[in-house]
Amino acid sequence: MTSAFRGPDAPDVEEIRKCVHCGICLPTCPTYRVLGEEMDSPRGRIYLMRAAAEGRVELSETFRRHLDLCLGCRACETACPSGVRFGSLLEATRAQLRRHGPPPKHRLLEAFAFSLFPEPARLGAALAAFRLYRASGLRALVRAIGVLRLAPTLAAMDALLDEVPRAGPLPELVPARGRVRGRAGLLTGCVQRQLYPQVNRDTARLLAIAGYEVVIPTGQGCCGALELHAGLVDAYSARARTLAASFPSDLDFVVTNAAGCGSAMKEYGNRLPELAPFAGRVRDVIEVLAGAELPLGRLDLTVTYHDACHLAHGQRVRQEPRELLRRIPGLKLVELGDSDLCCGSAGVYNLLEPGIADELLELKIARIAETGARLVAAANPGCLLQIASGCRQRGLDVTLVHPVELLARAVDAHTS
Amino acid sequence: MPLSRTLLADLERIVGAGGLVRSYEGRLVYESDMHTFYKGAPDVVALPTRTDQVVAIVRLCRAERVPIVPRGSGTGLIGGAMAPQGGVMIGLNRMDKILEIDLPNRCATVQPGLINLFLTQAVANSGYFFAPDPSSQMVSSIGGNVSTNAGGPHCLKYGITTNHVLGLELVTGTGEAVRLGGKVVDRPGYDLTGIAVGSEGTFGIVTAVTVRLLHAPEAVRTILASFVAIEDASEAVSAIIAAGMIPAALEMLDEMMIRAINEGSNAGYPKDAAAVLLIELDGPLAEVMAQSERAAQICWERGALEVRVARDDAERALLWKGRKEAAGAVGRLAPTYLLQDAVVPRSKLPTIMRELIAIGARHRVRIANVFHAGDGNLHPLILYDDRDPEELERAKAANEELLNACIAMGGTVTGEHGVGLDKAKNLPLQYADADLNFMYRLRRAFDPETIMNPGKLLPSHPACGEGFRPARPRVPDGAWI
Repeated sequence: MTSAFRGPDAPDVEEIRKCVHCGICLPTCPTYRVLGEEMDSPRGRIYLMRAAAEGRVELSETFRRHLDLCLGCRACETACPSGVRFGSLLEATRAQLRRHGPPPKHRLLEAFAFSLFPEPARLGAALAAFRLYRASGLRALVRAIGVLRLAPTLAAMDALLDEVPRAGPLPELVPARGRVRGRAGLLTGCVQRQLYPQVNRDTARLLAIAGYEVVIPTGQGCCGALELHAGLVDAYSARARTLAASFPSDLDFVVTNAAGCGSAMKEYGNRLPELAPFAGRVRDVIEVLAGAELPLGRLDLTVTYHDACHLAHGQRVRQEPRELLRRIPGLKLVELGDSDLCCGSAGVYNLLEPGIADELLELKIARIAETGARLVAAANPGCLLQIASGCRQRGLDVTLVHPVELLARAVDAHTS
Repeated sequence: MPLSRTLLADLERIVGAGGLVRSYEGRLVYESDMHTFYKGAPDVVALPTRTDQVVAIVRLCRAERVPIVPRGSGTGLIGGAMAPQGGVMIGLNRMDKILEIDLPNRCATVQPGLINLFLTQAVANSGYFFAPDPSSQMVSSIGGNVSTNAGGPHCLKYGITTNHVLGLELVTGTGEAVRLGGKVVDRPGYDLTGIAVGSEGTFGIVTAVTVRLLHAPEAVRTILASFVAIEDASEAVSAIIAAGMIPAALEMLDEMMIRAINEGSNAGYPKDAAAVLLIELDGPLAEVMAQSERAAQICWERGALEVRVARDDAERALLWKGRKEAAGAVGRLAPTYLLQDAVVPRSKLPTIMRELIAIGARHRVRIANVFHAGDGNLHPLILYDDRDPEELERAKAANEELLNACIAMGGTVTGEHGVGLDKAKNLPLQYADADLNFMYRLRRAFDPETIMNPGKLLPSHPACGEGFRPARPRVPDGAWI
C-alpha cells in the first residue's frame, strides 16, 4: 500500500485523518447540493485523498475529475466540527495532480485563463478588445448567429461582461485625512483593477477618511490565488514573493477588497514561512473599516448581502460587513437565504465548468429575488461579475455593489 | 459476484448514465457510513429521482437476486448504509423534495432524501417544526431517520421518529410500491407504518414519508449547569425527572467531550467542569419559567459549579450547535472511535458512569461521553487510532465489556441509532429465539428473497447466510427499556 502521493507538497495525512466522516459538511457543499453524490462532497473528496494516501486509488482521471469539480469555496471548513483544513488539503492534492496526475480536462482553456487573469496589462488589453467587440456590433452579430451555443465557455465569458469601465491609474500615495491612525498598503488586484476601478478608488478614499495613509505600489502584481487553487504552486510562490516585496515593510496593514486575494495572502505563511509577517498584516478592507469611525449620511435603500466564500469561509469575516452596512442611516439590510452558498464564480470555475456554475447561480438568483432587495452587496469581484450577469440574463432588476461603494455613497451623503 | 452487463445496462436505462456511479473511485466513497470501522463498497450506486425508478430497480435486482442497500446522507452510526455483500446501492439524495405541506392538518409529505432540518426550516416561519431532532439533523435524511427510528435530544418530551410518522410509501422487496398509513391518525387494520419504521431497509425502500408537524412552543428556556463530578450531574438528572418535570431535552457531556466541542464551535461550554447538563424546558411561558427555576435549584442543590440560562436565541443556538456537533468534533481527540448507544435505567446513571471510568482505565482507552441523560441513553465514544491494531483490540474489549455492563443493569443494546451491521450480533442478548424467528418471518413477508439490505438488523445464521444465531436472551423479562 504505497501512497499515490509523492515528493513535496503531499497532502498532510494527519489533517486528512481528522475527518471522522460525520457528513456535517455535505449540505453546505455547492457541488453536493447540485449533484447529490458522495464523491462530489467534501467528505467524499477527503475519503478519496485518504484512499490515495493509503494506496487504494491512483491519481486517475476519475479521481482528478471529482477534485476538479470542487469550487474551493471552503464552506466545508466553516461546517467542520473537527476543524479539517480542507482548503490546504485541496491545494496540496491539486499540486500532486499537476506533477503526477493526468492532465486537466480543460487544459487549453485553463492555460488561456491563467495567462490572462493574473496579468493586469494583458487583461486590460483583452478588455479593450472586448469594448471594441461590443461597440462594433460584432457581439450582436455573434449572439444572433448563435455561435456561442457551440462553445459554452465563450458564452459564459461573453455573458459575464456587460459594461467595461476604463480603468484610470490610482495615485501612489493617498494622504490620511484628519487624525492619522497608521499606514495601509492597498492591493489593487487584477480583475478588480480592470473591471471595478471605482471599488479601488472608494477603498482608498474610505481608508484615508478612516485615518490611514494609503500606499499603492504601482509595480504590484497578482497575489497568485488562482494558481494556488489550481495546484500550480511554483507559479503561486513566485507571485507571492514578488507581491510581498512590492509593499514597504513598515505598513500597519496590507488591505485588499477582493476576498479571494485576501484569503490567499493571509495564508502565505503556510507554504512560505518567510512571508508570515507580511501575511499577518493582511486585512480585508471591511475588517479595517469595521474598527474605524466613518461620517455616514443617510441612504434610503434596501440591500441584501451575499457572503463571498473567501471572506466568510476563507477569512471568517461574516458579521463585520453586515454591521458596517447597518451603520448607514436609513439602509435596510435584509438577510439573503443561503447567503454563504457559492454563486458559482469561484475564480475561473464559471468558465471551466459553466454547467454547475449556472445551477448555483440559478439558486443564488432565486434567493435574491425572494428578498425583494434591488441592491446586492458582495465583497469580491468574481461574485459581483457572476451574480450581475445572472440577474441580467434573467431580467431581474438588481444592481451589484461592493460594500465599500455603499459606504462611499453614504460618506458623500453626509458631506452634501 | 460482479453484476451482469445486462443488469448494468438496464440500470442505466432506468436512471440514466448521470444517475449511475460505476467507477471504482465513485463506489469507494460509498463503502462506509459514519461508522467507518465497517467497509463494503457496492458494485454500483443508482441515484433515482422518482418512485417508479426505485420500483424498476428493485424488480431487476429481485430477478437476479442482487442485494440492494438503501442510503440517505450516510450519517448512520451502525454500518447500515454500506454494502458488505456488494450489490446495488440506492442513494436517495436526489429524492429530496417536499411534496406537500398541509398546515391545517399539521403534516407534510416529503421524499426520503430530504434533510431533516430543511423541513423545519421550511415551516418555521409559519410557527411549526418537525420534532425528531437527531444530532445529525443538519445533514441526516428523513428517510434515514425513519429507517433507524432515530431519536434525538428533544425526543425525551416529544417522542422518537415513529411517533411522528403518519404514513409511508414503501417499495417492498417484491418491487411493489405500497402505501402504509396516511394523514388520518387512526386507520383501520394493521399498523403497518409502525412496523416499517425502524426496519432499516430490510423491508424495502421508503420513497415518501408523511410526517406530523408540531406547533412551536410559546416559550423555550435553555439552562447550562456544570458540575465537578459526573456523579453529581447524574444525580441532578434523576432529581429533575423525579420532581415530575419532562424537560424538552436533558443532555449530559463530560470533560473530554466539552474540550472537543469548545475547540470546534467555540460554543462557550465551561472549561473546568467534569460534566455539563444542558436542560431545555419549553411550553407555555408561565410553566416554563416555574420549571426552569425549579430545575436550576435542583442543580444548585446537587453541587453545581455554575447554572446559567441562555440569554437569547443566539446563545441557545450556539449551545445546541456545540452539542449536536459533538460526535463530529471527535476528530480533534482521535482519528477513530467506537460508539455505543446502550440504554440503562435512568436511576443507574451514576453507577454506569463509575463502571465506565473503571472500564476505560482497565483497558487503557480514553472514553469521551455525550448522552441523552433524560432517557438513560449513553453514547460513550471509545477513542483509538486505527493504525495501532493493539489499541483497536483494547477498544473492542472495552466496548464489549461496557455493553455487557449496561445489559446487566437491565438496559438495552441500542437506544436510537439502530442495529445495522454493528449490533446485529448483539440482538440475541435482547430477544428470545421465538422473538427473532418471528421478526425473520415478518421480514420475509416484505422481502421474500432477503435481498433488501442483507446482513443488517437481524443476526445472520452461519448456515444459510440470513436468519439468526440461536441464543438464549440474557436480558431478564420485564427489563427496563
